[in-house]
Amino acid sequence: MIVGSLLLLGLFVFPLWNITLEAPQYPTPLGMDIHIDKFTDTHEFDIKNINLMNHYVGMQYIPETIPEFKIFPIAIGIMVALGVLIGFTGRYKLFIVWFVVMSLMGIAGMYDFYLWEYDYGHNLDPKAIMQFKNPDGSVMGFQPPLFGTKDILNFTAHSYPRTGAYFMFAGMMLTVVAFFVGKKEVKK
Amino acid sequence: MKTLFKSILALFALSVITVGCVDNSSKKGALGNSAAEKVYVAPGEHDEFYAFVSGGFSGQLAVYGLPSGRLFKVIPVFSVDAEKAYGFNEETKPMLNTSHGFIPWDDSHHPDISQTNGELDGRYVFINGNNTPRIAKIDLTTFETTEIIEVPNSAGNHSSSFVTENTEYVVAGTRFSVPYPQRDMPISEYKGNFKGALTFISVAPEDGAMDIKFQIMMPGFDYDLSHPGRGDSHGWFFFTTYNTEEAHSLLEVNASQNDKDFIAAINWKKIEEYVNNGGGTKAPANYAHNVYDEHSHTATSTMKKEVTVVNPLDVPGAIYFMPTPKSPHGCDVDPTGEYIVGNGKLAAELTIHSFSKMIKAIEDKNFDGDAYGIPILSYEATLAGSVKQPGLGPLHTEFDGKGNAYTTFFISSEVVKWKLGTWEVIDRKPTYYSVGHLMIPGGNSRKPFGKYVLAMNKITKDRYLPTGPEVTQSAQLYDITGEKMELLLDFPTIGEPHYAAGIPADLLKPNSKKFYKLDENKHEYAIRSEAEAKVVRDGKEVHVYMTMIRSHFAPDNIEGVQVGDKVYFHVTNLEQDYDVPHGVSMIGANTSELLIMPGQTETFIWEPKQVGVWPFYCTDFCSALHQEMQGYVRVSPKGSKVPISYTLDDDAVDSE
Repeated sequence: MIVGSLLLLGLFVFPLWNITLEAPQYPTPLGMDIHIDKFTDTHEFDIKNINLMNHYVGMQYIPETIPEFKIFPIAIGIMVALGVLIGFTGRYKLFIVWFVVMSLMGIAGMYDFYLWEYDYGHNLDPKAIMQFKNPDGSVMGFQPPLFGTKDILNFTAHSYPRTGAYFMFAGMMLTVVAFFVGKKEVKK
Repeated sequence: MKTLFKSILALFALSVITVGCVDNSSKKGALGNSAAEKVYVAPGEHDEFYAFVSGGFSGQLAVYGLPSGRLFKVIPVFSVDAEKAYGFNEETKPMLNTSHGFIPWDDSHHPDISQTNGELDGRYVFINGNNTPRIAKIDLTTFETTEIIEVPNSAGNHSSSFVTENTEYVVAGTRFSVPYPQRDMPISEYKGNFKGALTFISVAPEDGAMDIKFQIMMPGFDYDLSHPGRGDSHGWFFFTTYNTEEAHSLLEVNASQNDKDFIAAINWKKIEEYVNNGGGTKAPANYAHNVYDEHSHTATSTMKKEVTVVNPLDVPGAIYFMPTPKSPHGCDVDPTGEYIVGNGKLAAELTIHSFSKMIKAIEDKNFDGDAYGIPILSYEATLAGSVKQPGLGPLHTEFDGKGNAYTTFFISSEVVKWKLGTWEVIDRKPTYYSVGHLMIPGGNSRKPFGKYVLAMNKITKDRYLPTGPEVTQSAQLYDITGEKMELLLDFPTIGEPHYAAGIPADLLKPNSKKFYKLDENKHEYAIRSEAEAKVVRDGKEVHVYMTMIRSHFAPDNIEGVQVGDKVYFHVTNLEQDYDVPHGVSMIGANTSELLIMPGQTETFIWEPKQVGVWPFYCTDFCSALHQEMQGYVRVSPKGSKVPISYTLDDDAVDSE
């Protein structure tokens, strides 16, 4: 349990998620890593260049920072501390409670990410240089996929978890394992 | 009839099929080692070597890929280049400053790549300006000329610009001897009064900064070509001479009388030590030293007023002459440093001297008189051997590092392969036509890459589509991996290719810069965002601080400029991505466009002569909205009350 929750600390070091954009003119793809507290370039100046590309279709600039970057580190920090505390108490039922809370937070985080992505891809400048319509006549959006790969005009966008997320998943799984191990020991 | 027709048709079809089959099989066999396949670099693939080929009377340096022969870039060095604004923008004008003022042209000859421990290190390529003696240094991270130093007391800077084993020096020798010091005197008093300066330019190990360490004032011969010693002969430099007759007119006859001219062997380490210990004379001089700074994106020109001059007689034991038949041109040292080839262009044989024999002859004082006090070594004492009946008019020799040498013959128009040590001719292949230099990548080093030889021709006549009276010069690529050479490719070159320098692409590719960082831009008029854009009047001068990014200028509407103003456009490219330059040009500006790399600032001057509203635009197709990348300047009459204003999208640019 303790190890599991401590693995969450990996989120402070490694990126949680990555969005990569491929296009013929970008033999080295453009990429953005999402950490729990910041956006970073995969290669130097990638975000600047993503913004430059996106301004043609009226997308907003990727902000320097978002409110979530303040909340996430605190939330993760608290969960790590709680996890370690619960671990010391050895009360296995609390383990699963921690896991459920963490999962809910994860889902909330993903939903929040989706909302931002949706806004990013659909809230377009009405003076956009190029405006594209879907076959049904609605305004084409440029929302990157939440998870997976998607073609958007000349770009292929990839959106996948990164090392930080794997640390988190592994940690969360360990807490579940800890729950079952704890349960077994009590039964004995 | 129908049946007949059908059977004929059937026969025809059958024959097509069989012929097709035969064709296929034979093609496969031939393609396996065809010349076409050897030079084919598939789309998107890279060449194995870079070749830096001098532009001769174009004054520039061309960058080709080998084996494909594709031209990648023409690096402006000694001549202005409107395409890149070299010599046109305010930043690079100082690069072409000399003691004679701004000179927009030169004749570039012999590129040579910097070395460490006798092997190519790919930091810089040096090249000489022949007409107004200069040495230029090109930085191989940016492929831009970053330093030019003028060579005083020299004329026809031809036996240049070759580097020593650790790039301690880049060496520049004079072809034409001139009075020293320059003065008003009768030309007919040449003999004994003119001097030939051999100049050793030190190259700082950390940043490559060039500085003239010393000049040796040699007798008034013509110093034609040179190469450094290496290995055991490291510390020596060898120069061919002609016109040891010291003729001053009709040289084609009068400088071709002596049976033998000399190869001058210079122990530069000895002279360096002499100079380091305070030797030599600090003589007054006047020469330009021009340096381009990568961070300020600006060149400065400094006039230097002094040079250290060495009289050969003051350093006994440092300089010797090796007699060499006849009017030797190329002076080439093999990768081991033992053999010094004198390509006697009017000689029947190719003469090879031995360095170890030379040292022994010096020790034994095996002299054959002296010339102006410089000992002449006995011809037989230094001779290693000679290649008999090699061809007509030998000019230059390169080496493959496997014990073979390759010599060009101008008159018989061929490349001849021969063996070092046995001096036997192994192969000869024609060139089309009248070959000058040849180049094996790493040829002037301990470690040649003996896969190809590139022969550079002076004349092409009927080899390409005719283009009026002036036709292209050419280079020809031979495969030298086998016993016999094989001609693979024939491609046109810019200007006249003299020497070239080649290097494996893998040694340069990783170092090639992609763009300049905006936050490292130290240009005096750089701005780092659109918010900083402005237009400032200073009397009759108007300074426009402008930015460019896909796909607009900021500001793009400027008013308040007047006829008679001198308008400086200081334009910064805000992009930070690979291969996104922007250009800018202004109608009626008496200069070239600017072609500005990401993160770079450049300046051009416009002096409006007519009232009106005049457009400017981006000259490099930068983006989908390139055609929209344009702006206007309103020019009012002299003394007009229209105030200076500058906007983007009708807003003050700094309002963002």
